[in-house]
Amino acid sequence: MSNRDNALVQLTLVRFREFLREPEALFWVFGFPILLAAGLGVAFRNRPPEVIKIGAVSAHLRAALASEKLLDVTEFSSGDAAEQALLTGKIALLIEPGPSARGAGGQVVYRYDDTSPDARTARMLADDAIQRAAGRADPVASSEKLIREPGSRYIDFLLPGLLGMNLMGSGIWGLVFAIVDARRKKLMKRLVATPMPRHDYLLSFLLSRLGLLVVEVGLVAGFGALVFQVPLRGSLLSFALLCVLGSLSFSSIGLLIASRLQTIEAASGFSNLVMMPMWVLSGVFFSAQRFPAAVQPVIHVLPLTALIDALRAIMLQGEPIARLAPQLGILAVWLMVSFALALKLFRWR
Amino acid sequence: MCHHKRMSPTPTGPALRLRNLRKTYKDVVAVDGLDLEVRRGECFGLLGPNGAGKTTTIEICEGLTPADSGEVGLLGMSWNSGAGALRQKLGIQLQETQLSDKLTVTETIRLFRSFYHQGPSTEDVIAQAQLTEKRDARVGGLSGGQKQRLALGCALVGDPEFLFLDEPTTGLDPQARRQLWDLIEQFKAAGRTILLTTHYMDEAERLCDRVAIMDHGKVIALGTPRELIASIGVEHIVEFSAAGTLDETALSGMEGVRSVHTENGSVLMQVNALHLAVPALLGELGRQGMALTELRTHSATLEDVFVALTGRHLRDE
Repeated sequence: MSNRDNALVQLTLVRFREFLREPEALFWVFGFPILLAAGLGVAFRNRPPEVIKIGAVSAHLRAALASEKLLDVTEFSSGDAAEQALLTGKIALLIEPGPSARGAGGQVVYRYDDTSPDARTARMLADDAIQRAAGRADPVASSEKLIREPGSRYIDFLLPGLLGMNLMGSGIWGLVFAIVDARRKKLMKRLVATPMPRHDYLLSFLLSRLGLLVVEVGLVAGFGALVFQVPLRGSLLSFALLCVLGSLSFSSIGLLIASRLQTIEAASGFSNLVMMPMWVLSGVFFSAQRFPAAVQPVIHVLPLTALIDALRAIMLQGEPIARLAPQLGILAVWLMVSFALALKLFRWR
Repeated sequence: MCHHKRMSPTPTGPALRLRNLRKTYKDVVAVDGLDLEVRRGECFGLLGPNGAGKTTTIEICEGLTPADSGEVGLLGMSWNSGAGALRQKLGIQLQETQLSDKLTVTETIRLFRSFYHQGPSTEDVIAQAQLTEKRDARVGGLSGGQKQRLALGCALVGDPEFLFLDEPTTGLDPQARRQLWDLIEQFKAAGRTILLTTHYMDEAERLCDRVAIMDHGKVIALGTPRELIASIGVEHIVEFSAAGTLDETALSGMEGVRSVHTENGSVLMQVNALHLAVPALLGELGRQGMALTELRTHSATLEDVFVALTGRHLRDE
């Protein structure tokens, strides 16, 4: 009797138990983002530059082209066989000796489909090689620097997007489902009939979210770092603070959505109505800059846009958190306004 | 079962006092000027058909539904002041609460126990609810009776002075009902006050010291089950069917018979002296040369009281 359990601790433990004993929820929160990151990471991985197959009808031209590593040259003895290869797409470009040394038609004829990007690239590379072999000097000297380092690939762009999407999904759906389900089952009414402190009930949701957050973010970010070497260039503390702020903002929005709904169907509809526009507009999978300038101000103030922008800035550019004040401000406003409204509207039965 | 003594001196006055209580939902009057007193230590039953206003009344008493007007005095306190202290002293079991399926029995009781300052240990409550064997089972896997006992256990965690039970045995099989009745009787024996609603007259007769029969948001009869049954002046009901056309007028004149009427092809006689009426009935049937195909008698019940007062059955739906 003396060592009575603490209500807030018990309520929070219940939240964890209910979540961990729901296999579907476990999959959507932990498994799905990793599968998505793995799938998209593999599909959009950067390949080594592709070698283009072309054909040549004279041994002389072939020798000139040998210096160009990006072209794979096949020599054809007959024009017919070469033409066949070109028409069936086995080669992107066919190089033939021209009819005249200096007159119309030129010394070299390039045959290719000018609507094909590969063919156009092949033509430029081949022409360059042939001209240089013939002694052309370039008036402007140039050198090249290749960027293939982690941080600029699609997976680097994608992973912060998935993290943000996951924080939104689990924050909103986690609260909405649990609260509306408790209300629907009259469990909430039963709890209100006890001396349970009501703020402990609401607080237990936030505490359990923060607990799950560590696992949720750690798993996805850890997966990205281990498998795809996605960097975290900013400080771990800034990253953690941002995730906490993001999660609390979406939890507040979830609390607001759940404040009065009575059925799971309505909860599901409302949650999707709130989340769907952000999935599309907030730059999870591609840059939000692609949308017209007119809607940019709206996109900008969406909480998911703010969260993902800030996550990318910390992870990829290593920005200090002080430079992300606008994004943090947007998240804080969503947090406070939603929470205040939710407390005003919340129905305990 | 409970070894806890309340520290406060035994307070005086009724445990619950309702004065002119009213509640209207849109255009339905759920509670229509109700006055009621529940004495300390008694088990009081609100009996009535569905829609009589029982649940609304009990939820107003529990502080879950505000009344449109009227007063609720509970354990000498009111919901307007001291709601927090009041909650600590109440045990509440609601109709149709679904406890979380994914938690175990122990986890559920521990959760509810954590809301109360004082009360028995989790293990004691589980033992009281006869769920010790199921302590580690998930709530989702319990039978209807076990779930109902768990709900009762959740109401007992705070060692309540006053227990509210809203249709505690609805939907249970007879064995599960009897088990639950035993638990309620144990609680009663410990001197606590109980207000329960039911539409089972046998439940009210067995458990309740006093009963208020409710209809259309009003109390239409109040008293002990015995007083109420006695009030209709009938001790027994004799029900029979006979092959052939019966002359009923001869029956109503028989000794010990108060009234006779026909319902669904059988004849019902309200009787106050069974030992006179039955031989008289058999003699009369013999005189009329009729064969008896069915004969039943039962002592008058609260159901008969309700029928006598309203002309309807409790469970007419």
